Amino acid sequence: MSATVLRGVRPYGEDPVDIVIADGVIVDLVAPGSGDGEVIDADGLIALPGFVDVHTHLREPGREDAETVRTGSQAAALGGFTCVHAMANTSPVADTAGVVEQVWRLGQEAGLVDVRPVGAVTVGLEGQRMAELGAMAESAARVRMFSDDGKCVHDAVLMRRALEYVKAFDGVVAQHAQEPRLTENAQMNEGELSGRLGLAGWPAVAEEAIIARDVLLAQHVGSRLHVCHVSTAGSVEVVRWAKSKGINVTAEVTPHHLLLTEELVATYDPIYKVNPPLRRAEDVEALRAALADGTIDAIATDHAPHPREDKDCEWAAAAMGMLGLETAFSIALDTMVRPGLLSWRELAQRMSAAPARIGRVATQGHDLVVGAVANIAVVDPSASRVVSGADLASKSSNTPYAGMELPGRVVHTLFAGTPTVRDGALA
Amino acid sequence: MKHLLSAADLSRDEAVLILDTAAELAAVTDRSVKKLPTLRGLTVVNLFFEDSTRTRISFEVAAKRLSADVINFAAKGSSVSKGESLKDTALTLEAMGADAVVIRHQASGAPHRLATSGWIGGSVVNAGDGTHEHPTQALLDAFTLRRHLRDGAGDLAGLRVAIVGDILHSRVARSNVLLLQTLGADVTLIAPPTLMPFGVESWPCRFSYDIDAVLPDVDAVMMLRVQAERMQAAYFPSSLEYSRMYGLDSRRMAMLPEHAIVMHPGPMNRGMEISADVADSPRAVMVEQVTNGVNVRMAVLYLLLGGRQEETR
Repeated sequence: MSATVLRGVRPYGEDPVDIVIADGVIVDLVAPGSGDGEVIDADGLIALPGFVDVHTHLREPGREDAETVRTGSQAAALGGFTCVHAMANTSPVADTAGVVEQVWRLGQEAGLVDVRPVGAVTVGLEGQRMAELGAMAESAARVRMFSDDGKCVHDAVLMRRALEYVKAFDGVVAQHAQEPRLTENAQMNEGELSGRLGLAGWPAVAEEAIIARDVLLAQHVGSRLHVCHVSTAGSVEVVRWAKSKGINVTAEVTPHHLLLTEELVATYDPIYKVNPPLRRAEDVEALRAALADGTIDAIATDHAPHPREDKDCEWAAAAMGMLGLETAFSIALDTMVRPGLLSWRELAQRMSAAPARIGRVATQGHDLVVGAVANIAVVDPSASRVVSGADLASKSSNTPYAGMELPGRVVHTLFAGTPTVRDGALA
Repeated sequence: MKHLLSAADLSRDEAVLILDTAAELAAVTDRSVKKLPTLRGLTVVNLFFEDSTRTRISFEVAAKRLSADVINFAAKGSSVSKGESLKDTALTLEAMGADAVVIRHQASGAPHRLATSGWIGGSVVNAGDGTHEHPTQALLDAFTLRRHLRDGAGDLAGLRVAIVGDILHSRVARSNVLLLQTLGADVTLIAPPTLMPFGVESWPCRFSYDIDAVLPDVDAVMMLRVQAERMQAAYFPSSLEYSRMYGLDSRRMAMLPEHAIVMHPGPMNRGMEISADVADSPRAVMVEQVTNGVNVRMAVLYLLLGGRQEETR
């Protein structure tokens, strides 16, 4: 196989080099202009390890009107991702080896990113009986992450057993932390604004109480816990405390929780309806600080496509969720790198190495060194663009950033050495 | 003013103008032929997704007295109950040439969606949305307060009003706090802590858990309907305890200053938030509130649509 050369690229924003790639692996890092092979011009651009998302909704099987594994993979590649974890809340639910293998195979066929299915913790996400976690782990999909995302595993005994059970195959339970009784019919963050808008509140304590319980359970049974979409300052404090006690917990934050605040809900435009809800500016500050100091390990998109009719309605009737794959890098650049909260190497940790480690994906999250699998995102931080839902590759267009000018652009994406995106378009 | 979505949309002068206009229109109500030609040729749609006979009839009478054509579009027995979306309903009404849509909806913010989504071109009047607002109710309450306690003119500067009951779920309370504050009144919300909205400390009013401490110092008390079902969700232990602690009975009514009036937006739960002898006492102005509702809604439709009719001529 002939070599590919990323010419003049700056790994982690450092000195320019030619990255030489052959057989899907980085084989050489040489002086710019000296690499031999098919050249991809990347002069002055920044190379980062391909992004890994531990939280993506690809909607297939069941809601192919919103997204498919193929369109979601396209959106991921355009966002600089080389691996996504497909959440289990499909129809049918990904709670058997059969369904996770189907999703995994669809990912292979699309061939744009590693599609790693997440298995449901409980049968049908019902929170009643444990799903066949072992069968999913042993299937061709090699599932390591299990989550009832969209719903909380609120039964303490079931959560304890799941945490224990996954130890047999080095799995992790990714908890959607939401105490169900405290959030019945909840529409937005509970606070002064929810009272004024007359929308039922989703109190921070409903997230924090579950995280507190679960880190203590993880400590008690000596297992590994991952916390999905941390959204409050209080949750950050709980996770920080747990890590200080040596509890094996990791946490993710979404791009939208790093940027947007609850004030947007005052428009009653359901494009801003998401679960967990947009929170206060103080929460956004705490989440950025926690991502900077490593309390929060990873950025995860919670990419949640919805068809138009599910947002083109009154607030209470609308679906919760927003697109994230194609804008994640820009938000990370805007909220973390530009203000100096993360260096490029640290951003690579948060968007690639840490999530790959959480999902136990051996072929992802490598440093850009000789011998590493060539999963690479090449980005231009000086570019900018005005977001438009219609321009996105996702089958849905429910982006909260429509009309906003966001910095940065993903120029090329290489998946195991093969360009999936060149010059900002699918290769 | 194109829409009336929230009491917060109204400045003091706009609110006073509505009340003054309502007072002028009230004169019409007293004539034998209760009709003005003002909105002839315009179409007002009453779009009611929630049962509310009294509010719908009030708007209907108001529009008809101004000679508008009125279409009542109730969710029950219509395409809405067959799953038609708010958007498609709105597009249908737009195609039929609605000049104003009076909307009652169980979802907070539905009138905002209607007004800002570009689905319709006409005016939108919020006739009650979820647990958010009910601005014409606040206007009729302000009108009633002004008539009794301010000689029917100007604003409500210095007037002391207590609002008692299920504040948390009350769109009437939200709109009244905003409007009465704009008009200079001093509002105190009274409820058990469980029925007080989160963050009430930052609202432009006072609040108290103790009705007996407040009643001697108010000019008016507004009792809100409390649904007995709320006790299922642990907001309070029993109807009896609620009415004992927060209900207005004749003992409590006697604590009010001589001139103070008793209000209720209806429908009343006699024996729950208000006792029958209070509801039927001469200090209770509920029947007059209904009359004032028609006048205030006439004023709102007149001010929103009056200019539009000039354009069409």
